[in-house]
Amino acid sequence: MENLKILKERKDQIYQKGSESFEMSCEKNSLAGSISQRACVFCGSRVVLYPIADALHLIHGPIGCAAYTWDIRGALSSGPQLHRFSFSTDLSESDIIFGGEKKLYAALDELIDIHKPKAAFVYATCIIGIIGDDIDAVCRKVSQEKGIPVIAVHSEGFKGTKKDGYAAACNALALLVGQGEISKIGPLSLNIMGEFNIAGEAWSIKEYYQKMGLEVVSIFTGDGRIHDIKKSHGASLNVVQCSGSMLTLANHMEEKYGIPYIRVSYFGIEDMSKALYDVADFFNEDPSVMNRAKEIVKQEINAIYPQLKKYKKALEGRRAAIYVGGAFKAFSMIKALRSIGMSVVLAGSQTGKQEDYECLRDMCDDGTIIVDDANPLELSKYCLEKKVDLFVGGVKERPMAYKLGIGFCDHNHERKISLAGYDGMLNFAREVYSSVKSPVWDLMP
Amino acid sequence: MLLRHTPLKIQDRKALSVNPAKTCQPIGAMYAALGIHGCLPHSHGSQGCCAYHRSTLTRHYKEPIMSGTSSFTEGASVFGGQANLLQAINNIFTIYEPDLIAVHTTCLSETIGDDVLQITRKARDDGKIPEGKHVIHASTPSYVGSHVTGFANMTKAMVNYFAESTGKKKNQINLIPGYVEPPDMEEIRRLAELMNLSTVMFPDTSGVLNGPQTGRYRMFPPGGVTIPELISTGDSMGTIAMGEYASGDAARVLDTKCKVPCKILDLPIGLQATDRYIDALRKQAGTEVPAQINFERGQLLDIITDMQAWFYGKKVALAGDPDQMIALSEFLVAIDMWPVYVVTGTPGKIFEKRINEITKNSPYPVKVKAGGDLFLLHQWIKNESVDLLIANTYGKYMARDSDIPFIRYGFPILDRIGHSYFPSVGYRGGMRLLEKILDAILDRKDRDSPEESFELVM
Repeated sequence: MENLKILKERKDQIYQKGSESFEMSCEKNSLAGSISQRACVFCGSRVVLYPIADALHLIHGPIGCAAYTWDIRGALSSGPQLHRFSFSTDLSESDIIFGGEKKLYAALDELIDIHKPKAAFVYATCIIGIIGDDIDAVCRKVSQEKGIPVIAVHSEGFKGTKKDGYAAACNALALLVGQGEISKIGPLSLNIMGEFNIAGEAWSIKEYYQKMGLEVVSIFTGDGRIHDIKKSHGASLNVVQCSGSMLTLANHMEEKYGIPYIRVSYFGIEDMSKALYDVADFFNEDPSVMNRAKEIVKQEINAIYPQLKKYKKALEGRRAAIYVGGAFKAFSMIKALRSIGMSVVLAGSQTGKQEDYECLRDMCDDGTIIVDDANPLELSKYCLEKKVDLFVGGVKERPMAYKLGIGFCDHNHERKISLAGYDGMLNFAREVYSSVKSPVWDLMP
Repeated sequence: MLLRHTPLKIQDRKALSVNPAKTCQPIGAMYAALGIHGCLPHSHGSQGCCAYHRSTLTRHYKEPIMSGTSSFTEGASVFGGQANLLQAINNIFTIYEPDLIAVHTTCLSETIGDDVLQITRKARDDGKIPEGKHVIHASTPSYVGSHVTGFANMTKAMVNYFAESTGKKKNQINLIPGYVEPPDMEEIRRLAELMNLSTVMFPDTSGVLNGPQTGRYRMFPPGGVTIPELISTGDSMGTIAMGEYASGDAARVLDTKCKVPCKILDLPIGLQATDRYIDALRKQAGTEVPAQINFERGQLLDIITDMQAWFYGKKVALAGDPDQMIALSEFLVAIDMWPVYVVTGTPGKIFEKRINEITKNSPYPVKVKAGGDLFLLHQWIKNESVDLLIANTYGKYMARDSDIPFIRYGFPILDRIGHSYFPSVGYRGGMRLLEKILDAILDRKDRDSPEESFELVM
């Protein structure tokens, strides 16, 4: 494994900090046959819109796309659970030949009558882009007939990467924004963007802001509701996390409604605190907001610090590898791991941008491997070379890490406990500790 | 409350599927391909398909799942995926060095009309396939059939590409185990070996997707049927194929192509279906059934005898793949339980006929649906409940909503282990199923019994 060959076309997507000149060749299509860990456009749209719990999510295509995305992401809802159903037009051979528009119309007609959703999203899959169904026309027609927004999401799988899917989802959301009544929304108000309420994370973030005296108008899209999204243009500020997924919408709202945005991360003590301070700073006309932010930060850190110190002592000097979807998450991860005594020796992302990788390079220690759109064997190779103790990644990386005898932490949609905010940091430290120090590693042959 | 959105009123739905009891062909083809030793499956389509199949199989088996993808772009979708597939074949053989690549198609590559056979021939002509290495393919459009169809098509491709008749028969039989779990394949082979038969089983995912923790990561684990073994299937004395849906086509093609006579049985789930499998083995071997097998059969029968009172008259709802549902229904009827609702997502006419035959003496009306979904099953349950639900992990919503005992069985299972290690076929598999059924029913009785009748001995 250590002697694995690297494909020549992949060589300028893998760097070791310090030893070579750095110009990451990223934002390009995956090399065919390379076993990319990436997904598709549809996947990007699906994960962004999925948490909107009172909408109907209808996947227009053969059954697979609906089956594989059926309730696999723990985006929690405090109310309706309609998003956890799997609706598909389940296209068959004759639909491919004669077109699926009639079927789509019938499905929407039926489902909206049964479930009475507040809006419907219709996701186009690969095949729709080929057979040329005019899903916009069908959506318009149904929207008029049923009196709810019915929105086509142009997420044909082959039309780019997951990031293009995020953009398609943002375009769909942009059609809802601006439709609601905003007269009751005050000036101390914001939208939380790029927070999907995995394991209830959005709820803790919302609580912090509320404690600061701020009104959270809408969360895109964790525990999301159509009604809130429609009036989100009434907020004074967009606070954008996971910038890859929501930047398109944030930019749109800045242009159209003059709402500025700031980018934040809720992961790790440092970035979480910075997020609260940055938001408070925006509302500096009311100094009480900053005072309350300071109070929250003080209280929360005091509450977790003693335990965190204990984990740090146990984990000091251990090495981590991180492989994430968007590179932005990696920055927070590096800081958070440092805060519990660990160093990052391998950092990669599926869809990072040039400036992300430059930022990553600046943050990392000499010798760290930085990689774009890695395949599992490259990841294994560097894990072994760098003697990694912990891998932070998603579903496809977990068993690989375990097979190599390496601890694992899921920082993707399969996490079951909140890793955001202060409590989340403590949870993260506990999870890292339990896996890195698991007695199972002493039982390995 | 999760399923409070399921209405009681059952409408005839033609246009859609809600909460599916199936998924698409390619994942079945990928699973089958993993049952060849040294094989890298390859998805000829968009990147997402491959990522979804790998993630789903990873969640189900908790093992790393490797597969290549042609990573279709907009260009490939207009001009065809030939360039992508050629590049992929070249890259895969350069870096991962598998013995073979098993290509399956997707809705995208099928609809744009890529001719995979022609592309692989070109790869061979261009020298992109190293000496002694292979590329095989199966056509698996996602809009036809289900994951079971995809499995059947890839299994058939193994015959098409490899089986050869040299004219000289080998003293071995072929086993086509069907779309079952790795330990089921192991058990099917173990029973044949107990009969002193020499076997070639394909596909064979045992040792591939349920391997041990060794502290080392091997991209191609030791398990799987080998290419020389696949070639030799054409010289075997006969074929025993299990499950019409998953194995029937491959068995018939082998019969036509190499004149290897085949017997297509139900999956050996439960007493009678296992009896038929053992009988077929006995005929092939021309020997007596060994004491060990009789012993296991006796143990299974003993549990049925001992616990008969608990089985009697219990109504069961079932959802899963057609071959499994047919054999399981027969087993349930045999132990005096009554399948009342049976759903498979896979379309096909034989299914409903077989279930109706098996349940024809049922005291209750039996509802059965091929090409159905879990939404329909849940509506049936909501209208009249059952004593037990057997389904894949997605069944847990219904079990919770309608408060019924639940056994996880089928694909995918995302929240429990066991299916990777313990068989549900053969007499021993039957014993495991009974243990699960009894645990579910008796745990429920314990939970629901008032204090005065909460009993120690059951």
